[in-house]
Amino acid sequence: MAIIRISGPGSGRALNVLAGRLPNSRQASLRQIRDPQAGWLDEALVLWFPGPSSATGEDCAEIHCHGGRAVIRAIENSLAGLGLRQAEPGEFTRRAFLNGRMDLLEAEALGDMLSAETELQRAVLASSAKGHASNEVAHWREAVLSASAAVEQELDFSDDDQDGIAPTPGWCSDARRVAEEMAAWLAVPPAERLREGLRVVLAGPPNSGKSSLFNAILDEAAAIVSPIAGTTRDAIERPVAIGGVPFLLVDTAGLRDEGADEIERIGISRAGQELARADVVLWLGPEGEGPSGVIEVASMMDAAVWAPKGEGSLAVSAVTGEGLPELMSRLSAVGRDRLPKPGQVAVSRRQKQRLETARLQLLEAAEVEDLLIAGEALRQARHALDAMLGTVGTEDMLDSLFGRFCIGK
Amino acid sequence: MRHFPIIVIGGGHAGVEAACVAARMGLHVALVTMDATKIGAMSCNPAIGGLGKGHLVREVDAFDGLLGIAADAGAIHYRMLNRSKGSAVWGPRVQADRRLFGAAVRERVASEPTLEVIEGEVAGLRIEGGKVRGVSLADGMQLACDAAVLCTGTFLGGVLFRGEERFEGGRIAEGAAARLARQLRDASLPLARLKTGTPPRLDGRTIDWARLAVQPSDPDQWTMSPLSKERVNPQVFCAMTRTNSRVHEIIRANLSRSPLYSGAIDAQGPRYCPSIEDKIDRFGDRDGHQIFLEPEGLDTPLVYPNGISTSLPVDVQEAFLRAIEGLEQVRVAEPGYAVEYDHVDPRSLDRSLQMKDLEGLYCAGQINGTTGYEEAAAQGLVAGLHAACRIAGRDEPGLDRANSYMAVMVDDLTLHGVSEPYRMLTARAEYRLRLRANNASSRLTPLAIQAGCVSEARRRRFEAREEAREALQLALGRERSPSEMRTLGFAATDDAGRQPLGDWTRYPGIDLTRLAEVGLVPRETEHGLHSEVAEDLHYAPYVARHEAELRELRANEKIALRPDFPFHEVPGLSNEMVERLSRTRPQSLAQAGRVPGITPAALAALLVHARKHVAAA
Ligand SMILES: Cc1cc2nc3c(=O)[nH]c(=O)nc-3n(C[C@H](O)[C@H](O)[C@H](O)COP(=O)(O)OP(=O)(O)OC[C@H]3O[C@@H](n4cnc5c(N)ncnc54)[C@H](O)[C@@H]3O)c2cc1C
Repeated sequence: MAIIRISGPGSGRALNVLAGRLPNSRQASLRQIRDPQAGWLDEALVLWFPGPSSATGEDCAEIHCHGGRAVIRAIENSLAGLGLRQAEPGEFTRRAFLNGRMDLLEAEALGDMLSAETELQRAVLASSAKGHASNEVAHWREAVLSASAAVEQELDFSDDDQDGIAPTPGWCSDARRVAEEMAAWLAVPPAERLREGLRVVLAGPPNSGKSSLFNAILDEAAAIVSPIAGTTRDAIERPVAIGGVPFLLVDTAGLRDEGADEIERIGISRAGQELARADVVLWLGPEGEGPSGVIEVASMMDAAVWAPKGEGSLAVSAVTGEGLPELMSRLSAVGRDRLPKPGQVAVSRRQKQRLETARLQLLEAAEVEDLLIAGEALRQARHALDAMLGTVGTEDMLDSLFGRFCIGK
Repeated sequence: MRHFPIIVIGGGHAGVEAACVAARMGLHVALVTMDATKIGAMSCNPAIGGLGKGHLVREVDAFDGLLGIAADAGAIHYRMLNRSKGSAVWGPRVQADRRLFGAAVRERVASEPTLEVIEGEVAGLRIEGGKVRGVSLADGMQLACDAAVLCTGTFLGGVLFRGEERFEGGRIAEGAAARLARQLRDASLPLARLKTGTPPRLDGRTIDWARLAVQPSDPDQWTMSPLSKERVNPQVFCAMTRTNSRVHEIIRANLSRSPLYSGAIDAQGPRYCPSIEDKIDRFGDRDGHQIFLEPEGLDTPLVYPNGISTSLPVDVQEAFLRAIEGLEQVRVAEPGYAVEYDHVDPRSLDRSLQMKDLEGLYCAGQINGTTGYEEAAAQGLVAGLHAACRIAGRDEPGLDRANSYMAVMVDDLTLHGVSEPYRMLTARAEYRLRLRANNASSRLTPLAIQAGCVSEARRRRFEAREEAREALQLALGRERSPSEMRTLGFAATDDAGRQPLGDWTRYPGIDLTRLAEVGLVPRETEHGLHSEVAEDLHYAPYVARHEAELRELRANEKIALRPDFPFHEVPGLSNEMVERLSRTRPQSLAQAGRVPGITPAALAALLVHARKHVAAA
């Protein structure tokens, strides 16, 4: 089976030509697909979604045809003959966003989710793509709007006008509460981490078995086939999935084995950089001599001279595979802990910046004495949230203001 | 046939500003109005200014307009609203003696040598080849012009309502402009209807003042226009009373007799200026609503009860009034009424308030769906100024949302349209911290001087003030060490470090007055300069945060969209967006972004297309 999706003002006409006539909207109907020139192509289920309440906000159609390449090609040719063209990558999402069917957060999450390769990536992003994150932001925006309305009521209507209306209490504590909720989001690692994977660096002195362990892990883990361009910088990095969690394995050994002095020096400093960027370090050297926070690994269990390390350490043999399952499950546990979890909202670094702006402005608004500055801070907070969703508006604030108060003479 | 470069139709608050600004720029102007003695008449409340509105008064004044000076000439009660809050939202407001205010306006109109007042009703516009060529009066007189400014207020198709009664009219006892309305409808101008109302006028001699709390005029000597040297009239008290449950009962029992509730009026009125019927119906839980009793003048017993605008029948008005404390014996001099009128959909106007499809026709004031004298005056000024600039071949003054409330209003009107009468609010101005009533002159008089619309006297005053500001700023820029500050008697600790004097004003106990006392800055010679500069310093960090936003705004403002920009050709815009954009026809990308419902993504698509167009052209 293959599904061909069509979006845009020409969808209705195209479906009409190919399927004889438009089916009832949103109902699957079985039709003979015929090309005006080439004749019968296939028997297929067709669906018709008139805009604007369709996935992209435009008229949409779907043809569920047989999956053979020849059939698909033939239908595509016929559509091209009608003046349609192939969608660019992400174009449906982009159109849905442009037409207001989806906000920025949803669009971003959907884009990421469609390229997800591990179960964790998919599970985390799915909830954002379905709008859970947007709902929360919209919720905050609502709270900020009410706070703004309360401040503007104070500012725009003099004491004379407000006779008998107590100033809305509690907007300050609302602002603080929202800021706290935002802080919880900010504590979650950014969505990019899901895509990039946790950086696991194998480190230790020369000949401590880094490369063999690196290869052993690679053999055991599921390779991620199409790393996102730019995440893998050189031969010693490998994206893998361990227990459904994305990792980027980094072998610093490669850097040391280059030989020449000059390269050696650069290599060492690069190893240092890798250690600094690492999320997890597997330390294969003498116990306690690695940087702090490492996972101690006593490698080469199979060697003649071998000693285990202390509590919490792992023991492994790249040759026999002994201890490897324990290492893998430790990594996947650490990964699940350090990456956004299903049910948590992971937003991109750019979105986190906006969120942080909103949070700081809310705290400022709740803090300052001059209401005008509070009003300004709330405006900035609103602006940041609007930017997150890709919407804008002072008019909304005024509506919220007038909906709630009897104001004026 | 006589020819005038500019003809202004309607001698209300919009009309006089439009006519006078063009005359100040040296153009010959005819001001055609139904009754020359009603020039400067206040239809409703005899008060000028208020929150947001006070800003507009000061801005009109910065362009050497009439409103501020006439308000001072008529003022019998001054009150700075919102004084307890930040100065950016202070609202200077005066109550004016109607007669004195009107006389001051007429005096200014008469003093313009190139301005001629013609009494008569404009019955039609002469339109040829898509342009306005002149006007015809009801008595048959024909006048030719290059531009006409329509400032007909509530008179276009005006109908007055009071209980079951109906009259055709624009204001009580004044005829409506029915013929003109018909012509405009026939010319398929986009018209719609709105309504507003006014309270009954009371005979002050029948009010029991002794029982009521009073509010005196502000004692400190500020004025509406910095050019007014002092207060010229004796100041009077206002008094306060309130409605009560008996009043509410009477009104509730008679709601069905109000044209607002009987369905006779279905046009939208202002939400922030509800009639007393509305207040009681919508906010029934309140046990009373405040009423301000405001004297209409020094030599009239008439009193304006602020807060009870109504169109209930006369007998109900009298009954509920007499249930109010202090008004038990009151005599109604003129009952309240509502007026429903035609207004032009302001989305058909460009940012100079000229009709996009009818060259030479400008609209200003209540005709554009606004309410209030200040809103009307500011639009009159904008329209007259732009019309004169166009005819005289001068550059338009660069008004935008970041430098004036006037531009905020024009922008809101022309991009959002109106669904209820539009009133200025400080919340509408996103750059409010820089748009204060007390810095209007600093913000706008330079633009006004450039446009050539200010008198010699104002220009000189402005320059003197700027000189004083420079001296002050120079002194504030000098760095001072903590020990220097201590020597002069200020509390300063060493960890504060050496810093410009201006930054020292953030520390407690250090302000411009004290700095002037010890001779660190010049003494205040220009009234209000010190407080203005002090506020600039206070808000500077917050204002600085606008910079990135403003850069983007101004860059987008420069990306022009042609009047015939093919929105329907832009890929990715929904039908709804295409429809809205095509109706509003924004003139720049920045404006397009302010059309409701236009998302940043849509804006990006527009930008791409606009660039393509420029490249192709
Ligand atoms: C009943 C009523 C209630 C109001 N209530 C409020 C309120 O509650 N709050 C508030 O802020 N504002 C209120 N106002 C509004 C305020 O009065 C107006 O906003 C302001 O006066 C508008 O100014 P303008 O210059 O646009 O028109 P106006 O002041 O109405 O002036 C219009 C002028 O044009 C002249 N004119 C009209 N047609 C012609 C013609 N064809 N030929 C020649 N001359 C013509 C008229 O004679 C008049 O002089 C109210 C007005 C009315 C009438």
